[in-house]
Amino acid sequence: MNGAEFLYGGAVKAFELIINLDPYVMSITGVSIKVSGTATILAALTAIPLAFALSFLNFRGKQGLITLVNTGMGLPPVFVGLFIYVMLVPAGPLGFLKMILTQEAMILAQYILVTPIIAGISLAAIKAVPGPIIETVYTLGGREKDAVITTLKEAKFGIITAILAGLGRALAEVGAILIVGGNIAETGSIAGIGEGLSRTRTLTTAIVSETSKWDISTALALGIILISLNLSVNLLANFFRGRD
Amino acid sequence: MVEDLFRIENLSMSFGDKKILKNINLVIHRGEIFALMGPSGAGKTTLLRILNFFEKPAGGDLFFEGTRLSHVREINTVRQRMSLLFQTPTVFNTSVFNNVAYGLKVRKMDRTAIEKKVKDALTIVGLQGKERQKARTLSGGEAQRMAFARAIVYDPEILFLDEPTTNLDPANVAKIEEIIMQVCDEKTTTIVLATHNIPQVKRIANRVGLLLNGELIEVSSKDQIFNSPSDARASAFIKGDMVY
Repeated sequence: MNGAEFLYGGAVKAFELIINLDPYVMSITGVSIKVSGTATILAALTAIPLAFALSFLNFRGKQGLITLVNTGMGLPPVFVGLFIYVMLVPAGPLGFLKMILTQEAMILAQYILVTPIIAGISLAAIKAVPGPIIETVYTLGGREKDAVITTLKEAKFGIITAILAGLGRALAEVGAILIVGGNIAETGSIAGIGEGLSRTRTLTTAIVSETSKWDISTALALGIILISLNLSVNLLANFFRGRD
Repeated sequence: MVEDLFRIENLSMSFGDKKILKNINLVIHRGEIFALMGPSGAGKTTLLRILNFFEKPAGGDLFFEGTRLSHVREINTVRQRMSLLFQTPTVFNTSVFNNVAYGLKVRKMDRTAIEKKVKDALTIVGLQGKERQKARTLSGGEAQRMAFARAIVYDPEILFLDEPTTNLDPANVAKIEEIIMQVCDEKTTTIVLATHNIPQVKRIANRVGLLLNGELIEVSSKDQIFNSPSDARASAFIKGDMVY
């Protein structure tokens, strides 16, 4: 079998797994969406108010916080994974939470990774709202609350793009969730495809494990789903960028 | 009897070492069109921004209806009785209706009253029927007229206009000037117009203050300043002999 045939065979099998809604593949996809989706929602709920606070309020340490956000946008995932692992292992300071090797630990890791991204891009979107727009709010009798609401409306497409960028990052992330989640599937899944369901196995971590087992077709199927999800997120982001 | 609306005493303003306004003394009467005339960089915009509370003067006193403004605890309450139109129209990223209705919405007016007032204001500026149009698709002249409608829709007692016809074609200039006089006559709105456009001042102002290099060198009636200016610099500016 040459390389092209090998790849073609893998791709055909991959499509079969997707079309037949293979339970193993679907459960992995479900865990990915659940973990990354939850982390992104929680991150957005923190990051957007943070971006507004950094734009509208003057307080001590503001510049330091902006630097922290900007630094956080490039946090190495494996380091975040290691840090959370150390905190959550039974002997660690937060070991009593019994969160290690759970989806909650993975959500926490992605939350830490995604929050600065959403905050940083939202902050840029808010800063891009022209100053005269805010001044116009005041000239028309508006107050601080009206200025914040108007800014939110003016920057809404930029903020939506920030959330989608965060979701894209979370879906593609592998290092941190591999460390804190453990890439676990229920009994039987290791022995063969479709025999078990994912517990903390996501599309990215499963691609790593399936490739290491030389199960290229399953890895390809998971890769196709991952790319499709990221493509959808980017198409959505482009749509909102176009509307701005 | 002429009633003082604004009284400015010994007002000064600096940005760093640069003195922008020097010892300004001025009274603005209720119901007049007062032109603050002067070349670019004379300090006209800064003075308007001080009167609209966007800048805090370095020195001097500002009285509104006899009350010293540093004693007015709620600046927003006074500001709600005013409006300021910028040289370049700022447009909220929404419909013409929502733009014009903005000042009414922040004043919690009911929907029926808002619709009527917006319709009336758009009729005054000649934009009737454009309520649903995206405001950002308006031409420059239309956008300035829409901004004008937005500034007058809630019947402010005082309207500050900062070079409102710069960059507009003659037809739009004539329309804006017509609206200014109409608003002053029918709504008894006090208008403070900052401009370097001498013919425009001749056409629409009641009284004129000439500002040169941050100094208010002459304040008098339109007839007096154009027919027999008391200051040689005023005479040179009006004749167009002054190079600035």
